[in-house]
Amino acid sequence: MRNSFKLLTFLLIYSFGINFSFSADKIEYLQTDWSFKGLFGKFDRSALQRGYQVYTEVCSSCHSMKYLSYRNLAEKGGPEFSEAQAKAIAASFDVTDGPNSDGDMFTRPGKLSDKFVMPYANVKAAQAANGGAYPPDMSVLVKARKGGVDYIYSLLQGYEDPPIGITLDDGVYYNKFMYGNKIKMSNPLSDGIVEYVDGTNATIEQMSKDVTTFLMWAAEPHLESRHKMGFKAILYLIILTILVYFSMKKIWSRIETKV
Amino acid sequence: MSDHNYTPSSKFGKWFNDRLPLLSLANHLTDYPTPKNLNYWWTFGGILTFCLITQIVTGLVLAMHYIAHADMAFDSVEHIMRDVNYGWLIRYIHANGASMFFLAVYIHIFRSLFYGSYKAPREIIWIIGIIIYLLMMAAAFMGYVLPWGQMSFWGATVITNLFSAIPLVGEGIVTWLWGGYSVDNPTLTRFFTLHYLIPFLILGLVVLHIWALHVPGNNNPVGIDIQKPSKDTVPFHPYIVIKDGFALLMFMIVFAFFVFYTPNILGHADNYIEADPLVTPAHIVPEWYLLPFYAILRSVPDKLLGVVAMLSAIFILAALPWLDTSKIRSAVFRPLYRQFYWILVADVLILGYVGAMPAEGLYLLVARVATAYYFIHFLIILPVLGYKEKTLPVPLSITEPVLGGSPNLAGARIKSKKDLKI
Repeated sequence: MRNSFKLLTFLLIYSFGINFSFSADKIEYLQTDWSFKGLFGKFDRSALQRGYQVYTEVCSSCHSMKYLSYRNLAEKGGPEFSEAQAKAIAASFDVTDGPNSDGDMFTRPGKLSDKFVMPYANVKAAQAANGGAYPPDMSVLVKARKGGVDYIYSLLQGYEDPPIGITLDDGVYYNKFMYGNKIKMSNPLSDGIVEYVDGTNATIEQMSKDVTTFLMWAAEPHLESRHKMGFKAILYLIILTILVYFSMKKIWSRIETKV
Repeated sequence: MSDHNYTPSSKFGKWFNDRLPLLSLANHLTDYPTPKNLNYWWTFGGILTFCLITQIVTGLVLAMHYIAHADMAFDSVEHIMRDVNYGWLIRYIHANGASMFFLAVYIHIFRSLFYGSYKAPREIIWIIGIIIYLLMMAAAFMGYVLPWGQMSFWGATVITNLFSAIPLVGEGIVTWLWGGYSVDNPTLTRFFTLHYLIPFLILGLVVLHIWALHVPGNNNPVGIDIQKPSKDTVPFHPYIVIKDGFALLMFMIVFAFFVFYTPNILGHADNYIEADPLVTPAHIVPEWYLLPFYAILRSVPDKLLGVVAMLSAIFILAALPWLDTSKIRSAVFRPLYRQFYWILVADVLILGYVGAMPAEGLYLLVARVATAYYFIHFLIILPVLGYKEKTLPVPLSITEPVLGGSPNLAGARIKSKKDLKI
């Protein structure tokens, strides 16, 4: 027992040490309550739908989402647009298909099975159009950044005038949450830049939260079923553990040694 | 294996068993006499077997959907995460399973260090264990490369580059490992092949590990040989099976928590960025379980000596049965060794911590001191301690400290009773 305590103390000090040193140069991100955190965390359906609207109307002009398909928009655990809505969304995009029987490529309206149409033909084209900086694909963006959703949420609200003494090159902007504070993306959001279908007031804060929620779903489309299954799995394991514990006690009671 | 007087009761069973003694083996495994005083630190052998099987089974399913190609690997992992039925579950179990595997193996190794399980007559078990541990590190490293994220690519570049430190042939070896002049598609395909192969090598070695264990039998917290099998031991089934099962379930709860609620916490965010040979990440860090060795590597200013130090840190463990000169196995009866044991635990944790930090300033100084201490522990402290240490009286049999013991061993009993219930 005493050794276990020693071990625990070690580990406690150790993990505190790690936390402390990580927080030493850690930026304090803006906080908000995410509905998808916690044991039973779920996405806020309307936030996802609004977030999709922000993505299509603002982000998608530069950022691709190559791992998502239009069918995902109607799937369970996502924005849950109706199938008709998702079909309409898909049909509003022009998709290059082919080659047809004549050997020519052709354009047709999008289908549910199509991947999200990319804003640029390739990375080079994207770089050329954005001053050399490649707007990263957003499919797994929240998982690809330290700080995750809090970082993205803060970054979108972190634009401000540079402090005196800092000069910025052309096409470079100041963001207090960006690593090194210099970012090549201009401030994408401004109040009312999107007119929400559901009538929600489109403040920068609201849009940041909605689009970040949408990005979280895009990166973890099965988050809801993961949480649901996790709760059941752990509950099952705990019950089984208790049953096995008493079986063990019973079996070991045949001999004098304690377990 | 130990001797048997086992005869199957059925006629067919006897006929079969005379030709292939599988039933004798099953009987040996169930009846295998196990010290009755084993504590929960001894349950990690079973837990590790579970980890290996889990990795193999989930790995097989992943391999059915994964594409080992530099242009498609990252996409195929996202395909698994999104479109394969329960692909996210399989992948998260596999990815977190690697961490759980290492967590369990470190506990298993440190249990052995505490109770002197590596000492005669168990040296071969120990050495096989070290080989398994080495193979685990190789498998884990190559597995981390497969998703072809930024950390995969740059981790592979850094680690394979270590071989270039070998004089004369180093550069040639690196080119040979890569299958080209940089980490690229040929590197990925061979890493995938080896990542697929190694677990089965480990499985074979695990069989040898257990076989070698079943010759002398388990060590135990008191660290003395079994005196009276009838009194000191219990049959493996049902006593140890149920106890291992209980511990395994506790372990699985922790495992499940990681898989379902924080599946990415042990990974690095950069690995969700597709590999880009033109962009180097700010900090290249290996997975947490390799950090202590990474710290040792970086604490030596010279590249070749750094590699030598890192490899020595692992291989020195294989010499442990001969470096530790004490005749007493269990730290329970070695008051001085016990202190040094905990200092070593702290030392390794510190190494792991500085391994995650940039190699500069105070971190580098701490890494150097901790590296030096690591080697001092094994090369100086352990050999000397065996001669200098005044050990406590050891009980005559396992049954004595467990059941109260004989009066002439009061000192040892009081000391051990407390410690036996860890």
